[in-house]
Amino acid sequence: MSVAEVIPGPKIREKVSRDSMVQRGFMLVIALYLVITLAFPLYAMLSKAFSTYQFNLDQFSIQVSDESGNFNTPAMTMSEFNAQVSAFDSGDLAAKSVSRLAPTKLFPEFSFKSPVLYRISGNDETAVFLVGSERHVGTEVVEVDSNTFRRVVIRPIKGTGISNFTRYFSTPALFRSIGNSVFIAVLSTIITVSLAFWFAYALSRSCMRFKGFFRLVAMAPILVPSLLPGIALIYLFGNQGILKAFLMGNSIYGPIGIVVGSVFFTFPHAMLIIGTALSISDGRLYEAATALRASKWRTFWTVTVPSARYGLISAAFVVFNLVITDFGLPKVIGGKFNVLAVDIYKQVIGQQNFEMGAVVSVVLLLPAVLAFAIDRYNQKKQVAGISARSVVFEPKPNPKADTGWFIYCSFVAVFILGIIGICQYAALIKFWPYNLSLSLNNYAFDKMDGGGWAAYSNSIKLGLLTAFFGTIVVFLGAYVVEKTKDFHKSRALFQMLAMMPMAIPGMVLGLAYIFFFNNPANPLNFIYGTMAILVVSAVTHFYTVSHLTALTALKQMDPEFESVAASLKQPFFKLFGRVTVPVCMPAILNISIYLFVNAMTTVSAVVFLYSTDTALASVAVLNMDDAGDIAPAAAMGMMIFYTNAGARLLHMLGSRLILKRSNAWRAS
Amino acid sequence: MMNTYLKIRDLWKSFGSFVALRDISLDVIDGEFLCFLGPSGCGKTTLLRAVAGLDIQTSGSIFQDGKDVSNLPASERDFGIVFQSYALFPNLTVIENIAFGLENAGKDKKATAERVTELLTLVDLLDQGDKYPAQLSGGQQQRIALARAIATSPGLLLLDEPLSALDAKVRVHLRHEMKELQRKLSVTTVMVTHDQEEALSMADRIVVMNHGIIEQVGTPTEIYTTPASLFVADFIGETNKLPASVTVKGKVKIGNKTLLCDTNGFSAKDEVILVLRPEDVIPHGEGARSPGAPDIVKTPENTFEVTIEEMEFLGSFWRTRLRDQGLGNLEMIADFSINAVRRLALMTGGKITIEIPPGSLKAFAADQGAEQ
Repeated sequence: MSVAEVIPGPKIREKVSRDSMVQRGFMLVIALYLVITLAFPLYAMLSKAFSTYQFNLDQFSIQVSDESGNFNTPAMTMSEFNAQVSAFDSGDLAAKSVSRLAPTKLFPEFSFKSPVLYRISGNDETAVFLVGSERHVGTEVVEVDSNTFRRVVIRPIKGTGISNFTRYFSTPALFRSIGNSVFIAVLSTIITVSLAFWFAYALSRSCMRFKGFFRLVAMAPILVPSLLPGIALIYLFGNQGILKAFLMGNSIYGPIGIVVGSVFFTFPHAMLIIGTALSISDGRLYEAATALRASKWRTFWTVTVPSARYGLISAAFVVFNLVITDFGLPKVIGGKFNVLAVDIYKQVIGQQNFEMGAVVSVVLLLPAVLAFAIDRYNQKKQVAGISARSVVFEPKPNPKADTGWFIYCSFVAVFILGIIGICQYAALIKFWPYNLSLSLNNYAFDKMDGGGWAAYSNSIKLGLLTAFFGTIVVFLGAYVVEKTKDFHKSRALFQMLAMMPMAIPGMVLGLAYIFFFNNPANPLNFIYGTMAILVVSAVTHFYTVSHLTALTALKQMDPEFESVAASLKQPFFKLFGRVTVPVCMPAILNISIYLFVNAMTTVSAVVFLYSTDTALASVAVLNMDDAGDIAPAAAMGMMIFYTNAGARLLHMLGSRLILKRSNAWRAS
Repeated sequence: MMNTYLKIRDLWKSFGSFVALRDISLDVIDGEFLCFLGPSGCGKTTLLRAVAGLDIQTSGSIFQDGKDVSNLPASERDFGIVFQSYALFPNLTVIENIAFGLENAGKDKKATAERVTELLTLVDLLDQGDKYPAQLSGGQQQRIALARAIATSPGLLLLDEPLSALDAKVRVHLRHEMKELQRKLSVTTVMVTHDQEEALSMADRIVVMNHGIIEQVGTPTEIYTTPASLFVADFIGETNKLPASVTVKGKVKIGNKTLLCDTNGFSAKDEVILVLRPEDVIPHGEGARSPGAPDIVKTPENTFEVTIEEMEFLGSFWRTRLRDQGLGNLEMIADFSINAVRRLALMTGGKITIEIPPGSLKAFAADQGAEQ
């Protein structure tokens, strides 16, 4: 039918049922949540990146008296004064929002003891200058003595333009980070994906022993902040490292350290994705290959790799994204090797240059968004390569190969356990490397910078609150996307919003929150500096993966449940409470543990947002390391590890209990 | 007295630029068992969902029990529904599933329990009440879904391919049971199916649909014996479609043979398609044309000899493929009883005299066939 037909008769508009009304309400609330916590802050950040500040000397006039206080000479604009003495060049006039300029520089003979008086005024209504902390706007004339005049500063005017970007790209110290970031991300991706592929291959295609143990070990890095491997590497290869000689003169501070640490913390992510791809291969293809007498090598390239192709690509982009957006690791071990994420931190925290921080954020967003987009495109192209009739591949024992795989996996396990072990060891040592006796001194966090034990309990609080509220928001959001009918457009928009956080680096989100929530004009300003903003940023930062988990679980539910409930005149929330939630309980638990663990370990999403009252354990690791307290940093990092490991254990026991209780109705 | 329970008028439904239902008007009689039958994509499920209010029509109106329900959402209409997947709540027991619609319907616990027991007895699953759906067989699940759908005594029962997820034997058994149950409850029932056998054996009336329109409404025998269109004739049962042209009124020509036939509505030189059911072909022995033979030929004009190309034994009868140069080398399928095959000693490659009763040939316009 090429031409759209005109349907005769009046269009029927469905009467809105109460259920539908409630569902629309939910959808609106959660969409609003995502708009406020994601879209608006990002917009604020983008506009900040294009905000320019400039001192306009034409805006102000100054009249100077003689030594007896008589104003004999006429007032002149500041630019006229500047033309005489050339105190400021154009570089001095470029400013950031917090910049102030003192007019005393225009008077080389200025002395605060002089009896000379000054009259300052603005030349238009937008001119702003400060006398001490007293703000003067407009053309009002203010007369001050010399002592007060040295406390007079003028404010820059705000404009819009790309000058921040031109400055960025004309400063080699800044734009060099792009190459650095891409370089370490690509290198880490290649190494991690290769290591993880063979590891996952051994787990799914061999009959080696201790598979369960290896699987457990491979997941351990998820439980620690990304900066922990950095600390471990310092102990091993740093200036006083025990294995320093292995580096043959190279420094661990820089790309080597970042790449090795990145491989550590991205390994589980790659392993999970590739493992899933390998585990759904069709055993019949292998039987066919054997029947056709294909060599092992040929079978590998024609069966194994093609079926895992999408998994490999996906893993590569996920790892790339994790590395390029990571802040903690390069902060700890990057040394003088600048990367984008650390640049944002330096611009914002070190130099208070928020505009430049926003510019670097935009620069960092590009590769992250690109990697994300390619990954999504790749996943959409993936068709179900596995049919209902597929047969699970059962590996056959091969003693020689199995031993080889065992040795390989043992190396990886030693690497992972070694990193974690050295941290624990270092945390218990009195004074590395001079006094190796054991003590708990390093756990006296209250004696160090970073927030002490309060930071640890804050982190647990953040983890629990994020898990609790995050799971509710995410699951309800996924429910309205998946189970409400109509509103195709708004649902698609919602889905897009829900996918966005994955592409937004934590640092960028955090900075965006400063711009948005710290704005006094924002009615939500009150959450700035509280635990609430940390929870909100953590929920939003980890939204996408949770959302996809919930969506997958909901998609497995019969789409007609809602129809049946409607035909039986039962409200949807009864169905939701009695059927949807219980059936999706495993997924709900998975979401909450995912949120908890990530809220405990994240640094990037919270480093701009914590206050003295809400210091966090992960940030404490960073700050203690910064202050040179590396051993306590390692100790705090291990506290996070044990907490997460404990939470995981609880989660596992809880899931097992629920599965046991629901054994009767879950079809085998 | 036949009361109309459901009245559908000028119903259209489009999905974007695709028109799924076009100008549907239909009356469903109180207490009858009606089937929407058609190939996949014909709009039968769309029509059912419009009746249920699950996917509201684009335009047109629906009256249920005299009340205009055209724009009401599903939750405000009066119906019970059974889906192909049954959509049983997996984490609720059989009893909880059936009671789902009875709770907060103003009934106390005791009355609810009594009603559930009554329903379980009705579907003959009284001893399975505490089990979960996953522990039941497909057929049992289907009956639970049915019990849940009728628990609230709805005025209308909608069945969306309720039997197609079952294996053949259970399906035949349940067909009978469902029909019995429906008769007992005398609840107006609309069932969607693509299985003509199911429709023919269960329905009081069948609505044959194709490409979003109704091709024919009628009882199973009407639909089978007097199809209103070539599509219906072709879709229901086996048919031979023989291209022919009308020579004079009452006579058609196939190949170089002229046969007697009802040419109702067609005039000379019209191109037609003749429809012939395989079981309507009458086989004759050698001496059938001579008077006094046991199988006497009634219309000698429609009697001729053909070659048996192939024979297929289908259990209760033989399906044969017949061909003759005189018929323009057309191939024709005919079903013969085991008895006839034995009596006439039919075999592949042999010859046989057949008679086509003029009344069994139905003519349809040839261009109607081109569309198929």
